[in-house]
Formats: sequence, C-alpha cells, structure tokens
Amino acid sequence: MRLVFGFGQAALAAGLVLGCGSAFAASAEKGKAAYVQHGCWQCHGLQAQGGVAGPKLAPDPMPVETFTAFVRTTNRAMPPYSETILSNDDLADIHAYLETIPKPADYKSIPLLNQ
Amino acid sequence: MTRKHPRPEVSRRKFLAGVAVAGAATAVTPPAAQAATTASAPPRRPSALPPTMQVAAAETATPKELPRIGGIPGSDFMVDVIKTLDIKYLPSNPASSFRAIHESLINYGGNKMPEFLTCAHEESAVGMAHGYFKIAGKPLMTLCHGTVGLQHAAMAVYNAWCDRVPVIIVGGNDLDAAHRPPGVPTFHSAQDINALVRDFTKWDDTPVSLQHFAQSFVRAYKISMTPPYGPVAMSLDAGLQQEPMRNNGEKLYIPRYVPTSPPQGDSGAVKEAARLLANAQNPVIVVDRAARSENGIRLLVQLAEALQAQVIDQGGRMNFPKTHYLSRPPTAVNNADVIIGLELSDFWATVNAWIDNGEHGIGINTTRIKPETKLISINSSELLTKANYQDFQRFQSVDVSMAADAEATLPALIEAVKAAIPDDRKAAIEKRGEAARKAFAEARERTKQAAALAWDASPVSTARLVMETWAQIKDLDWSLVASEGNVSNWPNRLWPMEKYYHWLGRSGGYGVGYGAPASVGAALANRDLGRFSVSIQSDGDLMYAPGVLWTAARHKIPLLAVMHNNRGYHQEVMHVQRLSNFRNRVASLGGDMGPIGTSIENPDIEYHKLAESMGWWAKGPIKDPAQLAPAIKEAVAVVKSGQPALVNVWTQPR
Repeated sequence: MRLVFGFGQAALAAGLVLGCGSAFAASAEKGKAAYVQHGCWQCHGLQAQGGVAGPKLAPDPMPVETFTAFVRTTNRAMPPYSETILSNDDLADIHAYLETIPKPADYKSIPLLNQ
Repeated sequence: MTRKHPRPEVSRRKFLAGVAVAGAATAVTPPAAQAATTASAPPRRPSALPPTMQVAAAETATPKELPRIGGIPGSDFMVDVIKTLDIKYLPSNPASSFRAIHESLINYGGNKMPEFLTCAHEESAVGMAHGYFKIAGKPLMTLCHGTVGLQHAAMAVYNAWCDRVPVIIVGGNDLDAAHRPPGVPTFHSAQDINALVRDFTKWDDTPVSLQHFAQSFVRAYKISMTPPYGPVAMSLDAGLQQEPMRNNGEKLYIPRYVPTSPPQGDSGAVKEAARLLANAQNPVIVVDRAARSENGIRLLVQLAEALQAQVIDQGGRMNFPKTHYLSRPPTAVNNADVIIGLELSDFWATVNAWIDNGEHGIGINTTRIKPETKLISINSSELLTKANYQDFQRFQSVDVSMAADAEATLPALIEAVKAAIPDDRKAAIEKRGEAARKAFAEARERTKQAAALAWDASPVSTARLVMETWAQIKDLDWSLVASEGNVSNWPNRLWPMEKYYHWLGRSGGYGVGYGAPASVGAALANRDLGRFSVSIQSDGDLMYAPGVLWTAARHKIPLLAVMHNNRGYHQEVMHVQRLSNFRNRVASLGGDMGPIGTSIENPDIEYHKLAESMGWWAKGPIKDPAQLAPAIKEAVAVVKSGQPALVNVWTQPR
C-alpha cells in the first residue's frame, strides 16, 4: 500500500460497534483497507474528505445505524452495497476507520485559504 | 472534377493577362496578379541581330532542367486567398496530399499569416485551434491528410462542434483515380472525405476550381464565425493544388469577407421574457456559453443586477464573475419561479435530475423545479439542424424560446427588463439582493472549510493542488487555459475568476484528450498577448496525444502545466464499481487501486520525464504537499522566461 493516511496510531484502536446483529470489535485498521478495497475512496477521497462526486464522510461520520442503512438501500447517486459484496463486519470496520479521521484545521489558520 | 494535364495549356503571361486586377468593389486582387499586370511588355526586336550570350548558351550548352510547372501554382493563389483572412497560425501534421499548398505556404507565403506549427497528431492540431480561439476570438486553420489525418482529427473536431468553436479544417485528397499515385496515396484518398466529419461540422465543400476555392474558403470562414460558431471542412484536391493556374476565360478574384451579424431575439419574445423576469419573485439566470467576450460578462452582470437575480454559471465559458454576490450553485433553480437559460448545452438537465441508480439499470428522472416555474431560453444552437450525434440533449419544453445568440440579444433584454420592472417591485428586488449577499458570504465560508479537509494528505488533495498553484500565479495576469480530470471544481470555487480569459470552459464533447492540446493552443494566443497561461493537466488526458508537448517546446509556447495525476481513468473507475454493485459482484481490482482496466499504474507513468524528453522543464512526482510550493514557484520562473514547464503531482482521486 503506497497510500499515506493522516491519522495517528492511537486513533487506530478498535472501537465497539453495535447494531449489526451482534456485538463485535470493529477494527479501524481493517476498515482503512476495506475502504480502499471496496471503492469508497473513489468518490469520497482517500481521507473521506469528499468532493464533487460524493460528500465528505469524515470527520464526524453519521451514526453507524444510519450509515449502514444508507449503504444498503441508497437510491441516490451512490450505488447500494449488498451484504454479498460488503459484509456487516467490513462495514462496521469502515465506520470505525471514519471515526478515527481527525478534524481538519480551521481554514482560517491556513494562509492559502485566506488570501 | 479537377483533371490533371501533362502540360499547362497556356503560358504564365497569358494566364495573368486574364486574371482580374481591379474593378470589383467586393473583390481582392491576388498579389501575384497585381505584380504581373503592371510589368510593361518588352520592346519588339529585329530578328537578324546576332545571338546574345544567353541565346548562344542556350543553343550550345547543356540545357537547364526544365521547370516542372508552366505557370503560377494553383496553391499560390490559395495562399493569397488565405492571407486575406488574417489567420495567424496553422497547426498541422505534414502529409503528401497537401504538399503543394504546404510548399506554397512556406515558400510563396513566407510562412507568415499563417505560420505553420508542426504537430505530432491531427487531434493535437485541431485541439490547439480549439484552445486558441477561446482566447484570441479568431479561428485557426489546419491541414490534414485526407482520410487518415481527418480520422485522427475527428474526435477533436467533435469537441469543437459541441463547444461551438470555429476551426477551418482543410483535408488534402487526390480525387483523380486515373492519375494519382497508386499504393499508399490511393489508400489515403476517398470520394468524399468530408463525409467523415459532416455530422459535426457546420458546412463543407469540395472545390473543383481555383475560383471555387476562393469562394468556398471565404464562405467557410464566414459560416464558422457566425454564431453559433462551429468547425467547417474543405476537401482540397491534390491536382487543383499542384497544377498551374489556367486561363479558361474567367477572371479570378478573392471575395471580400464581411462578418455576419449574430442573430438577435425577436423583439416580441424579448419583451415577454422581460415581463416574466421583472415580475418574478425569485428569477434565476442560468448561463453556459452565454458570454462570447468580455463584453458578454459585463452585459450579464447588468442583467443580473437589474433584477438582483441569482446566476448559475455552468461553466461552458467564463460568463459571470465568481466573486459576484449573485453567483450561486446549481441548486438555486429549486425555488425559482422564472428561469432564463442562456446558451445552455442541456436545458433539460438544468431543471431535472437523472440518477444512475434505478431498477434494471434505468436511471431515475426527477424534477429540480416547482411545476409552475416559467422557463425562457435564448440559444443559438437551435439554428443547428444536425441529427445524428446527440449533442442537442433531451428535449425541454419552455415558455419563451428564442433561436438567437444570447450575447447579441442581451442589450435589448436588459433595456426591456428595466422598462418592465413595476415601481412597486423595486423595494422587493433590492431586498432580494441583500439576501443574496448574505447567502454568498455564507457559501464562501463553507467552501473554504471544505477545502481545508485533507489539506495535508498524501497524495495531495485537489483543493491543496489548486491553491498552491494559485499562490504562485495570483500576482500575474493569469489565464487558466484548461482544467481537465475533475478537481472538484476547486479553481472555479476558490480562484477570483472575473475576466473572460480566467476560465475557458471545457472540451464540449467530453472527448478525453482535449486538455493538453487546447491548453497549448490557448497558451499560444496568450503568449502573443503577454499573458501567463496555467493548466491543470490530468494524466489520462495527456496520454492521448502527448506529442503536443513537443510542439509547445518547438514553437516556444510558455505554459505551466500542473498535473492532477490520480493514476486512473476515474470516471470509469466509478462506473465499473457501480455496475459491480448493481450485479452483486465484488469489483475485481487485479492488483490495482481501481477495477481492472481503469487504473494508470503498475508501472506509474513518469510524466515529468516524458515532458523533459520533449524539451520541457519538469519536476516530479510530488506526493508531499509541502514540496508543492517550491516546485511550482520554480516552474513559474521557467514559464516567465518563455518556456513550458510541467509539475507532476500525485493527487487524490477528485
């Protein structure tokens, strides 16, 4: 993997995700890999920052239940992902990864965005 | 049909006596004819004089090689015609089928007006002409090899057609099957080469005499330069180019070019449109290719401010200042009660949405507007009547429709709007403006905060790429000549675009491969105006015909190309992912980042080395955003010295 992701090691600690049928330890590290493997990055960017093709997913991702429901049933611009191609465990891992992405700096502290 | 003759039928002197030299107020006299007709006849001499040295030498010495042509080459006259139209450059890839006019252009014509620019691909040549026009407002001509060259050029011609840009395409073709060389030249000949591009050119012809050429060339120029602008094609017979001019009793002349006035909207329709706009609660102006010039921008500002109407600029051209408080995003149509669309390439998609996520692979159609919203259209494209290619998009019914040029109609519309605004509406209109100022300021804040996301990411975020570039050019008289490969519209969202040359729009037909040649062509026009050219150059676009980099270096065209190298055909990455999802299959990546067949990696292309090999200053690949500023700064200095420079940057997908 040649991609460099901008979040710290501490942020990779697994989170507990509920609401997918059973409780299990979601892994942000696995989620990072699944995020790329399943093509989330294509529209949402490698740091889930969003762009014209898809909205930002992080920081502050939507609640995991809402997230899961949308991914499974979307009839919007994003195509739905069934459990056959993206398991509940992978989805929970991806959400855990999104939760680790830190808030960006306030644009007012970035000189190039204040010219 | 032009025929080849083994020998000219008349001498040069006899021919020239037959060429028109004066008299017709609407004609231009060819220079060669002028010179010849003012020469006085030699005095008559007695026949019994002793031979001169020349005569003696002619009778006793080895004869000189006979001239291969017995008169003025027909292609010299063609050059005379071309020169009347003030065409500055001729980007082209050389070919045998136009060798005669090529020779005339560089030797008889002195390689000036037009100057031949050597291209490595016909698509590059037409793409350069496309970009050049958007800056200069004047068309270029290109020469291409009848069948094969025109086929290479075809995609770029289609882009020019969809983008309403004039290009004069002249294709060499050897019509005379009995006399043309066998083998390759015959493979490269056809009965009707123009058929290749007839569906997406405004007009074409195949002249069979020099006079026919003169009329058709001026006509072609005139048609291409009448809104809606568009490319035109001319098949130029090799025999007609190569043979000498012959006296067939006709006096050759060059018709004078007089521009055609662009079509204006009918006065009644203009008045009705003004009435609707003036009485609207929430009028919205949507523009795509509305402004053809700096004056077009000024007129749109006048119209918008008279109504305090929000303006959605779809970006086919630089229509409306991005810094203006009435500039709004596409969603502004949602609450409109009157929408006027000016030169929209797709009115249907302006007021409707199509979502690629329906049952059985059929997209979902939804409306974006309220059912009672009144629609007004001014669009010169309604005057185009080609049917095969579908660039006219879905049909949208409107309430007032004008088949007219928007920029030419705006002065009358502005006056009609001012006259139609009732006194009791003026306070409400002013209040609308105050709300627009607040909404604009809030949107600006949100945009900047969105740009801050992933600011330090590697690969570099597209917002960072765009703003690091901006920081290095902001104090120059800059022109963004192309922005290919979708960088989430950050230049349009963050750069203070106000002048007509700050943004040139896109390809028109969305045929990949436009960005590189169009940016070189636009940079050529900017060079002559002393302006700094910058492009956001995507990887996939550059790989279509990268030879245009060499043309830029060869002809000293300064251009800063900052690469948006996301290492994939990203539109297709997402299409294959979408279909995989629809079919309940995991997309197969085959070791790449995107689905098999959509990535440009393994191996990674070293675009900086590619550019260096063709004479560019180049640096890269840059993956760390902190390294961007010094690299672009160095590149800017190179471009200011008159050379092209490329910075290869690894970027986020969009």
